[in-house]
Amino acid sequence: MGNWIINNGLTSFILVVWMGINLFLFVWFYQLYDLGDDFFYTRHLLGSALPWARAPAAVLNFNCMLILLPVCRNLLSLLRGSFVCCGRTMRKQLDKNLSFHKLVAYMIALMTAVHTVAHLLNVEWFNNSRRGVYDELSTALSNLSDSENTTFLNPVRRIDITPTYFVFTTIAGLTGVIITLALILIITSSMEVIRRSYFEVFWYTHHLFVIFFIGLVFHGAGFIVRRQKKTNPPHNFTFCKDRSDDWGKIPECPIPQFQGGPAQTWWWVIGPMILYICERVLRFIRYMQTVQYRKIVMHPSKVLELQLVKDGFKMEVGQYVFLNCPAISQLEWHPFTMTSAPEEDFFSVHIRSAGDWTDKLIDIVQNLPEGAQGPKMGVDGPFGTASEDVFDYEVSMLVGAGIGVTPFASILKSIWYKFKISNSKLRTRKIYFYWLCRETHAFEWFSDLLQVLEKEMEERGMGNFLTYKLYLTGWDQNLVRVHFEEDKDVVTGLKQKTHYGRPAWDKEFEQVRKENPTSVVGTFLCGPAVLAKVLEKKCAKYSDVDPRKTKFYFNKENF
Amino acid sequence: MGKIEWAMWANEQALASGLILLTGGIVGVAGQFRGWPFAAYIISAAGVFVCLLEYPRSKRAKGTSVERTGQYCFTVCVKSFGPLTRNYYVRAFLHAAICVPGGFMLATVLGCVCLGIASLIYLAAAIRGEHWEPVLPQKETTRKTDPVSVRNPPEMPPPRPPPEVRRKRVDDLEGAAYDNPIPVSDK
Repeated sequence: MGNWIINNGLTSFILVVWMGINLFLFVWFYQLYDLGDDFFYTRHLLGSALPWARAPAAVLNFNCMLILLPVCRNLLSLLRGSFVCCGRTMRKQLDKNLSFHKLVAYMIALMTAVHTVAHLLNVEWFNNSRRGVYDELSTALSNLSDSENTTFLNPVRRIDITPTYFVFTTIAGLTGVIITLALILIITSSMEVIRRSYFEVFWYTHHLFVIFFIGLVFHGAGFIVRRQKKTNPPHNFTFCKDRSDDWGKIPECPIPQFQGGPAQTWWWVIGPMILYICERVLRFIRYMQTVQYRKIVMHPSKVLELQLVKDGFKMEVGQYVFLNCPAISQLEWHPFTMTSAPEEDFFSVHIRSAGDWTDKLIDIVQNLPEGAQGPKMGVDGPFGTASEDVFDYEVSMLVGAGIGVTPFASILKSIWYKFKISNSKLRTRKIYFYWLCRETHAFEWFSDLLQVLEKEMEERGMGNFLTYKLYLTGWDQNLVRVHFEEDKDVVTGLKQKTHYGRPAWDKEFEQVRKENPTSVVGTFLCGPAVLAKVLEKKCAKYSDVDPRKTKFYFNKENF
Repeated sequence: MGKIEWAMWANEQALASGLILLTGGIVGVAGQFRGWPFAAYIISAAGVFVCLLEYPRSKRAKGTSVERTGQYCFTVCVKSFGPLTRNYYVRAFLHAAICVPGGFMLATVLGCVCLGIASLIYLAAAIRGEHWEPVLPQKETTRKTDPVSVRNPPEMPPPRPPPEVRRKRVDDLEGAAYDNPIPVSDK
């Protein structure tokens, strides 16, 4: 239990606060419209559908304000940098930005549904009231119109229209339909199936949010929801509600006056909208800066390495950048982890063939003449991820599955450089590195790096600093049988042997705990969600709440 | 956007529209809107029908198909209509026809427009030549990673000529060579 608190406590706290604010807004505005005196007459026409429409509206205001914030990645990077003093738990929250974005989106969808249904009922009942279907008071209220000494309560002014006509001829109705439609399209194209398979559809359709926000700002215009104004002399509705024939004729009951409230949503969303516009402008500025190619290497297994140089570009270990190639697509930005160390004077990415965009890029690069510059590339970033924290832990366990090893390539290179200059900022004493891979081809560009590191460490007598194990999860019996006796591994040429099959995590964690009985161990994973669950469980299992003993913290990368 | 199968998005959109139509119909009935008996029943029935038709996901032309929970029985039902459900032109026109009555009642206008959009996406899918394939459980083929350890040992000896011919005739090595009656290849 204690471990769960350590690893998930702050997230749960933030979620509880967020949900609490939602509930508070809902209940507050519900009772405002359900019990408020100035809405008595409005409620007479609409019943409880009025508060049922207004309460979700308040929750929607709050959530529409929040939804833009988690996707301002430059802002988040800035925040993350300024939290360097505040501990790693705070910074980890910022890595879960996409999950929060989705959660807020679900809330928006739910509240939109409630809000829409309630307003459907409202429009229908307004219309019926106007046609005199209901009681005398309703008809009297609906008959009030905008003239020199009366103001209307019922926004349906004509007797001969249908609710559909009303909706499409008012600003609120029309914008409501449009933005709900935009929201539905955004949601259906964001389903996991579509997102993982056809990212472009998801990304382009998601830009309907522009229409959503513009419509949202204008949605409240039109003064449709009306409240009773104070008149002089006052109109006491308790006394006057049964005397609608006498309004304006007896002194206790002057004709009641009504007014609508102005649109308020823009108060909520204008801030985040401006921040988001700044974010996109910043991305554009970064895109316009020139990027030079230092080297282009095509590795086996369709892995492309690009070494790039950009003015004023500073990175930390394990960060990622977004790349945009106008020759392939004007609007698409794709994230790639950098595989170079901050100590180098260039930055590199290893790009695997994984879809339309990457395939086209590899194609263009392969058709380039020798020594030519690659296609024009826009680079946005760098953006921070959990890997920056690797050096804060005394002991680190790094687990990379397949191409997920890329952030760790950056880390290992950085270690090598820090070693060479004996950087005192390096708190890490020991690193355990696990690389899980299905096939042998993908090893080659990385095994070169490991070979160099292996040699360096032996020369300096620091062979214990880095322990790495390579796991071939798609193994073939032949490999195992024949080469068991050899000293160097046949697959990778490295002294530490390649293991076959998946790691037995219990054994690994036991070993780490035994070798480091009093340390704080950070576990970093870049790989599939299933593995994340397994490692998270092991971290919880092998951690000790006793602060003097070993404690495992789990960090996951995700894109 | 070369590799996209539009039908997948059309399917999500149509399923959502079915649910919205159904909800709109229920609201119409519950709120006793004008014209509610006729319109609401039609719309709810249409909503249910669309949901049932769209629930089973099609098998993807490329890549792994992710089934929805419990979609197998729906797959069987939908498959039994043969070309009517296989062809996306039919679906596009069907959805276009179903969505029209939704426009007459406010509660279902949204469902009508969403289904209309789904119909357009299905039309795009049909023009690109996509069609609906049922996802049926296949017999699990042996995975590539299974070690080829124990195969069935051979039950018949390999074809050989009779022993007299096989015995090594040291004095006449050339005459001892023979042609195998059955071609033998090195695997």
